[in-house]
Amino acid sequence: MQRYQQMFSRLKAEQRGAFVPFVTVGDPGPELSFDIIKTLIDGGADALELGIPFSDPIADGPTIQNANIRAMAAGVTPAISFEIIRKIRAYNADIPIGLLLYSNLVMARGLDNFYSQAAAAGVDSVLIADVPLHESKMFRQAAMAHDIAPIFIVPPNVDDDDLRAIASYGRGYTYLLSRAGVTGTETQAAMPTAELIARIRAYNPAPPLLGFGISTPAHVKDAIANGAAGAICGSAIVKILEQNLQQPDKLLSELKSFIQQMKAAS
Amino acid sequence: MSELKLNPYFGQYGGMFVPQLLVPALKQLEQAFVDALQDPAFDAEFQQLLTEYAGRPTPLTLCRNLSPNPLVKIYMKREDLLHGGAHKTNQVLGQALLTKRMGKKEVIAETGAGQHGVATALACALLGLKCRIYMGAKDIDRQQPNVFRMKLMGATVIPVTAGSGTLKDAVNEAMRDWSASYATSHYMLGTAAGPHPFPTIVREFQKMIGEEAKQQILKAEGKLPDAVIACVGGGSNAIGIFADFIKEEGVRLIGVEPGGKGINTHQHGAALSTGSYGILHGAYTAIMQTTDGQIEESYSVSAGLDYPAVGPQHTHLQQTGRAEYVAVNDDEALAAFQHLAMAEGIIPALESSHALAHALKMAKDATEPMVLLVNLSGRGDKDLSHVHSILAEQAAEQTANKTAEGAH
Repeated sequence: MQRYQQMFSRLKAEQRGAFVPFVTVGDPGPELSFDIIKTLIDGGADALELGIPFSDPIADGPTIQNANIRAMAAGVTPAISFEIIRKIRAYNADIPIGLLLYSNLVMARGLDNFYSQAAAAGVDSVLIADVPLHESKMFRQAAMAHDIAPIFIVPPNVDDDDLRAIASYGRGYTYLLSRAGVTGTETQAAMPTAELIARIRAYNPAPPLLGFGISTPAHVKDAIANGAAGAICGSAIVKILEQNLQQPDKLLSELKSFIQQMKAAS
Repeated sequence: MSELKLNPYFGQYGGMFVPQLLVPALKQLEQAFVDALQDPAFDAEFQQLLTEYAGRPTPLTLCRNLSPNPLVKIYMKREDLLHGGAHKTNQVLGQALLTKRMGKKEVIAETGAGQHGVATALACALLGLKCRIYMGAKDIDRQQPNVFRMKLMGATVIPVTAGSGTLKDAVNEAMRDWSASYATSHYMLGTAAGPHPFPTIVREFQKMIGEEAKQQILKAEGKLPDAVIACVGGGSNAIGIFADFIKEEGVRLIGVEPGGKGINTHQHGAALSTGSYGILHGAYTAIMQTTDGQIEESYSVSAGLDYPAVGPQHTHLQQTGRAEYVAVNDDEALAAFQHLAMAEGIIPALESSHALAHALKMAKDATEPMVLLVNLSGRGDKDLSHVHSILAEQAAEQTANKTAEGAH
């Protein structure tokens, strides 16, 4: 998880924010997925956020639900996902890789086993979408035991006690939600005010990255201007995949140019 | 953030595995529930609705002709006679009052067969709440009369096409809606499953089934029954009739899961019979899953039992040995459905027919006097066209077989 610290120090020196793209591993199939993730890196991603396909993604809107369905239909299992991540890690030794997934995939493998496999594949952080702070103890302990950063979510309705706990348990980065609801561009990001981000940063948590509804370079720019350490963008990227499933070359070139524009805004 | 007021766990099962965003909504609900239980005015209003609107107490009926064994008496708790046609009405009235207490004016619900949807729609019509109900697209096709009922009572029915298009996906969609709308909407979960505090709230708002039945059977028999039997999908009617008997250790508690086409076929909904545990819809409990932890699709002839998990208190009751859980397959349930109609002039819900089928098995095997209490959780009106077409198909197959034999 030291890769996050290295990334944030580098960005600080550059006086820039982080741009972190999200895709579901294995979408739309294992081979193209590897090329897609490679393109994210080549396009200038500072870190990666990767979903493991799950049957019941309750925190996701239709775009990422469909990504999960496509990957599962292509036969992508957690084992194959780890396989793809291992190849990505071999391609790039320095980029921070975060997982975003649902608790039952962790439970089914056994906590220790899951985090050990994630660490072996080169993963730096794990965010479990359906484990809130007060249920997180066994997960964050298993994560720390394998040198993986447990990531916590700061929703817009966060209170001071939770901020204190997140600052104390979270590592790597802090996932700041721009708004309520599920992932997707159907509802745009609502920019948290500079005051809110300052209030959060007063507790000194791991650097906050803003996510949910981030779909334009202007969103990235505003997030950083208001004090976030960077922005996470998922559904807008997955839409590029969705619209070009039959034309892999076009998919990769459109993807690269979108990533470059988003990174340029950071 | 404030601590929880109630224990979210039953032994090691249960909990609150939801996105962080929903935690304040669940804590607000828990607080409203705890306050309501201490407020005599809340109880008075709930009791008045149950009595004057829903028709409680429901009768206890001793079967005249059903029992295959003179040693065995079968009593049925008649939730089928409740307004709305099933036990579902009890707890939605309670949750609708909680909704008003929290100052919310809108309700979200999920439904499989449409029974919880109908119950939600009637409670919302009565209490002036606006409701939207998520229902799998496949279920909408299978359950047209209930869709029409919901619409007649003013509900908006939203089809869910994601995933398998059934109850599990409707729950997913309701939770997604709630994560954007919790400030103004209450999520009226339909069974004793899901994240804390739902399993506790639903049990408390269904436990009158067992409390009434206990008094009624004591009056009729002068003693407690030997066993209490109820069907288990998510488990609300079962926990409702079990709750007041848990402390009566001499009374066997038996939950009957949907065995579908057989629990070795993958086409069933018997989560507890699979012995596999994980997290679905906010609770750590018995679930149907692959070795990777992907949730499997359940199957049952009865849509109300077609769910790949079970409420966490049932998992705890199974683990501690206080309750037993068995599976009854589609054919046995269909036979019991017809048997009760012929023997007693009562058409039961296919869900409740699972419990009856197991009571009939126990009665056949009995060698000493026995008193069984079965929760007849709902009536079968909603199942008529479904059963009609299954029986017609079976009759056609038999005729075809006979013709084939004759040709030899």
